[in-house]
Amino acid sequence: MHPAYSIILFTTASGAGYGLLALLCLGGALGLLPAERWLGLTGFVIAFALVTGGLLSSTFHLGHPERAWRAVSQWRSSWLSREGVLALATYLPTGLFALGWVVFETADGAWALAGLLGALAAAVTVYCTAMIYASLTTIRQWHDPWVAPAYLVLALASGALLLALLTALFGGAQPLLLSLACFALALGAVVKAGYWRSIDRAPRDLTAAQATGLAAFGKVRQFDPPHTQANYVMREMGFQVARKHALKLRRIALIAGFLLPFVLVLLALAAGGWLAALALLLAVLSGALGLAVERWLFFAEAQHVVTLYYGADAA
Amino acid sequence: MTTLPPPGGKKLGLVIDLDICVGCQACAVSCKEWNTGGYSAPLTDMQPYGADAHGVWLNRIHAYEVEDGKGGMTVNFPRSCLHCEEPACVTVCPTGASYKRAEDGIVLVNPDTCIGCKLCSWACPYGAREYDSDDGVMKKCTLCVDRIYNETLEEADRQPACVRACPTGARHFGDLGDPESAVSQLVAEREGVDLLPQLGYKPVNKYLPPRPRRGEAAAAERALEAAEPSHSGAPAAGDGLFRWVDRMLTR
Repeated sequence: MHPAYSIILFTTASGAGYGLLALLCLGGALGLLPAERWLGLTGFVIAFALVTGGLLSSTFHLGHPERAWRAVSQWRSSWLSREGVLALATYLPTGLFALGWVVFETADGAWALAGLLGALAAAVTVYCTAMIYASLTTIRQWHDPWVAPAYLVLALASGALLLALLTALFGGAQPLLLSLACFALALGAVVKAGYWRSIDRAPRDLTAAQATGLAAFGKVRQFDPPHTQANYVMREMGFQVARKHALKLRRIALIAGFLLPFVLVLLALAAGGWLAALALLLAVLSGALGLAVERWLFFAEAQHVVTLYYGADAA
Repeated sequence: MTTLPPPGGKKLGLVIDLDICVGCQACAVSCKEWNTGGYSAPLTDMQPYGADAHGVWLNRIHAYEVEDGKGGMTVNFPRSCLHCEEPACVTVCPTGASYKRAEDGIVLVNPDTCIGCKLCSWACPYGAREYDSDDGVMKKCTLCVDRIYNETLEEADRQPACVRACPTGARHFGDLGDPESAVSQLVAEREGVDLLPQLGYKPVNKYLPPRPRRGEAAAAERALEAAEPSHSGAPAAGDGLFRWVDRMLTR
C-alpha cells in the first residue's frame, strides 16, 4: 500500500496525542498527577494540538475536505466513521477535565468522572483507528489480530514518553510514570515483534489463478496489462518495499522506537534532575523517529489482494 | 446509508465469457465513452498526451497466460465491478456516498457526497474502484444505470454499453437473482464461477471458463474410441463423415 505522509502523520501524531490525553486524564482523576495549572495547561495544549493536528492532516488526503463533516454519519457500519464520531466525542469529557484542571486546579468528584470518561474515549478512538485497517480482509498484513493491540500499545508508549518528559520539566518525573513508560515500550516491542512474526508466517495462499477463476486450468501469470501506464489501483495498492529493506527498517523501528527510549527512560529513572529531562527529550525524539518508520512500514509491507490482477503471483 | 439493504430478489449483473473474449477492448472503450458523459462524468484522463498518460477506466481488459501443461493458453480477462452481495466497499464508506441499491443490487457512488477518502478502493479485492484525482471522488461501474432504465433509448440499447459493444457476444447482462433468467441458465450450463469466493464478497457477476479446446475434444474422442471395441466388423465409408458431423454439431 502507498504510504501517504498525511496518514502516517495522522496516525502517529493522533496516537501519541490520545495516549498523552488518556494518561493526563487517568493520572489526574486518580490523583497520581498534581492538578497543577502549568503542567495541565502545557500537557493539554500539546495533547489537543497533536490530536487536532492529526485529525486535520487526515483530511489533507481527501478529495473533498469540505465534505469531511459527512464522515460522522455512517457509524453503524464504518470504522472510519466511528473513529470520526469518537474523536469528536472525546473532546467533550477531556475538554471539561482540562477546564477543571487548568482553570479551577481541581480533578476531584465530577471532574474526575469526566477524566475517566475522557481516558476511555481516547482509548476507544485509537482502537477505531486501528480497526479501519484491521477490518480490511483485502490486506493480509492488516487483517491481523496484532494490529489493534499494536496501535493501542504504541499510543500508550508514545503518550507515556511525552508525559514523562513534561513532568520532568515541571518538577520531576515520578518513578511510577517512568516505570509505566518502560513497561509500555517493552510491551510495544513485544507486540510489534509478534505482529511481524505473524505476517511473515501467514500463508500467501491467494493466487492469480484464483483471482481470475482459472485455477482449474493451471498456473496463471500476467501476459499483458490493460494499459501502458500505471493506473490509480497500481499506484495506490501496488506499492511494496523490498524485503531486505523491510528487515533493515524493522530493526531501525525496534531500536529507535523501543530499545533506545527504554534505555533512556531507565537512565532518567536513575539520574533525576535536568539529566532526566534531557534523557527523556532524547527518548521522545528517538521514539518519534521509530514510530514514523514503524508506521511507514505498516503501509509499505501491506500487500493488497488486487495486485494479483496486476502481476503478483500470490498474496 | 452504507449499511446494506436486506437481500433482494433482483441481482442485476454481468456474465463474462472468457472462452470467446478476444480482448479487442471495444467494451472498455465503449464504457469510457458512455460514462465520461453519463452518471460518472467526467472520467478524467491525466496527461492524456504526455509521457505518463493515465486516467479513470471502469472496465479494464487484462490478458493472462495459463500454463495448463498442454502448450499454454492466453485468456483475455475483462474486469469491472462485480456488484457483490456483500460489498465491503459499501460498508466501510464513512459518508453514505457508497451504497447498494435495494431494488436491483447495483452498487453506486453518490458523487455529490463522496469525500474522496479512498477507503472503499482499499476494501475492494477486485480493483473495481478508481479514484479520480481531478474530480476528487471515487468512480466505479454503474452497470450503466443511466442506460438500462432509460426509456428514451431504443429497447435494444437498454443494456450496459460494454454488453452492447461486444462484437463476439462475450458479455451478457441480466438478473442473476432469477434462476430462470437467460444469464442464470447460461451460468448453470457453462458452470460459471465467482472470483475469489473465499473472501466472502459474494460477487454477482460471473465468469464463464474457457471451453475445452477443439484439439482436446478430438483427442478425448480418439482416446474413447481406442478404449471402446468396435462392434461392427468393417467400418463403413460414411463413419468418418458422421463422426465429423457429430463433432461439428456438438461444438
